[in-house]
Amino acid sequence: MKKLNLPLTSKDVKELKAGDSVLLNGVILTARDCAHKRIKELMDRGEKLPFEIANAYIYYAGPCPAKPKMASGSCGPTTSARMDSFAPALLDAGLGGMIGKGEMSDEVRRAVARNGKVYFAAIGGAGALYAECIKKSRCIAFDDLLSEAVFKLEVENFPAVVAFDCRGGSIYD
Amino acid sequence: MRTINTEEIEELIYKMALKAGVSLTDGAKAALYDAAEREEGGAAKFALKKLCENFELAERENMPVCQDTGMAVVLMNIGQNVHLEGKLLQTAVDDGVRRAYADGYFRKSVCDPLTRVNTGDNTPAALHTEIVAGDKIEITFMPKGFGSENMSRVYMLKPAQGTDGIIDAIAETVKIAGSRPCPPVICGVGIGGSFDTCTYLAKRALTRKTGSRNPRADIAEIEERALEKINALGIGCQGFHGNITALAVMCEWAPTHIAGLPVAVNIQCHCMRAQTEVL
Repeated sequence: MKKLNLPLTSKDVKELKAGDSVLLNGVILTARDCAHKRIKELMDRGEKLPFEIANAYIYYAGPCPAKPKMASGSCGPTTSARMDSFAPALLDAGLGGMIGKGEMSDEVRRAVARNGKVYFAAIGGAGALYAECIKKSRCIAFDDLLSEAVFKLEVENFPAVVAFDCRGGSIYD
Repeated sequence: MRTINTEEIEELIYKMALKAGVSLTDGAKAALYDAAEREEGGAAKFALKKLCENFELAERENMPVCQDTGMAVVLMNIGQNVHLEGKLLQTAVDDGVRRAYADGYFRKSVCDPLTRVNTGDNTPAALHTEIVAGDKIEITFMPKGFGSENMSRVYMLKPAQGTDGIIDAIAETVKIAGSRPCPPVICGVGIGGSFDTCTYLAKRALTRKTGSRNPRADIAEIEERALEKINALGIGCQGFHGNITALAVMCEWAPTHIAGLPVAVNIQCHCMRAQTEVL
């Protein structure tokens, strides 16, 4: 299976096509419903975000608390479609890509292609397996949101499938 | 009359919740192994194998199978010869849930519906009680994830739509859900009753052994035909295309009004977790 380092190079992105299985390595940021709402509010007001969006990879996920000696608790993907209304603006602002589960809207698909990015599908329900891929985890924003806060995760060999590629291809077609 | 202190119930809820968060039911495990074997290839088969590895790892390491450790759904059949004493039943259940979700390192996923502020301890539980004969209490604890709950639907069909209408409603629910609820799914279906009772029956149906058949022949036939129709959709595990989109369809029924045919389809992902105990 193809191993990739994040952030992806434009060559990596061009070589990926919908349906390819990959192992991701590098830094990803968790954000789900409530965090997205706050990010949007900050962007709408033209305020600075508490983390850099350019070339970042957002993982639609809210982990379980970490047990002692583990970097993270179980941490599989949540349903991406709930973030449909947020993703295009983030992609246009330079987001590197997203990781989640399930189909996203056509508008998101066009935004992925327009910006030459990738949307990856992780395996929904494999929370324990994903916890083992997480080597470090640190809350970097919105800690009052508990599991919905933004966690910076360092992942190794994180299994995912290319869901939307940079040419507008989709595994769900 | 038998007296049960609700602290006994709290203790049982605590133990069941801890176990349920880290283990699939035997029925779901068997159905997933079978699906991983039967699926014909590609990304769907790969994902099914990973799901089997995942539940094995979770149980071995005593960690949540899925990070969505759910809203705590508690179904209680209380014998009418039981006298409950001690703290309020809902309080006892919530106290058990609170302790289990803290001690088990489970995610706290319950919030105010409008402000979205998290209650911080996964309470309150969704507690349903039925009064039955006898002097025992049967308790089922089911952590319900919402990726799948969100895809559930209620249909108020016309009586003339009959069996075919019911099967179409079940298949349509799964089709609309598509890749979003973590297929392969399990469908719990409530047929008949009123608007509210059919949804309760749908939830109850999910707690049956995955893949079991309703004893009533015409209901069992609906289960079989609906499963066939769903698996012909080709959605597959995670929406990656394949022959297995649902592991099971299980229906429960109740008499309804002459003017109606309510059908509730409660979607459960492959991560079916439930524990049942009798006090």
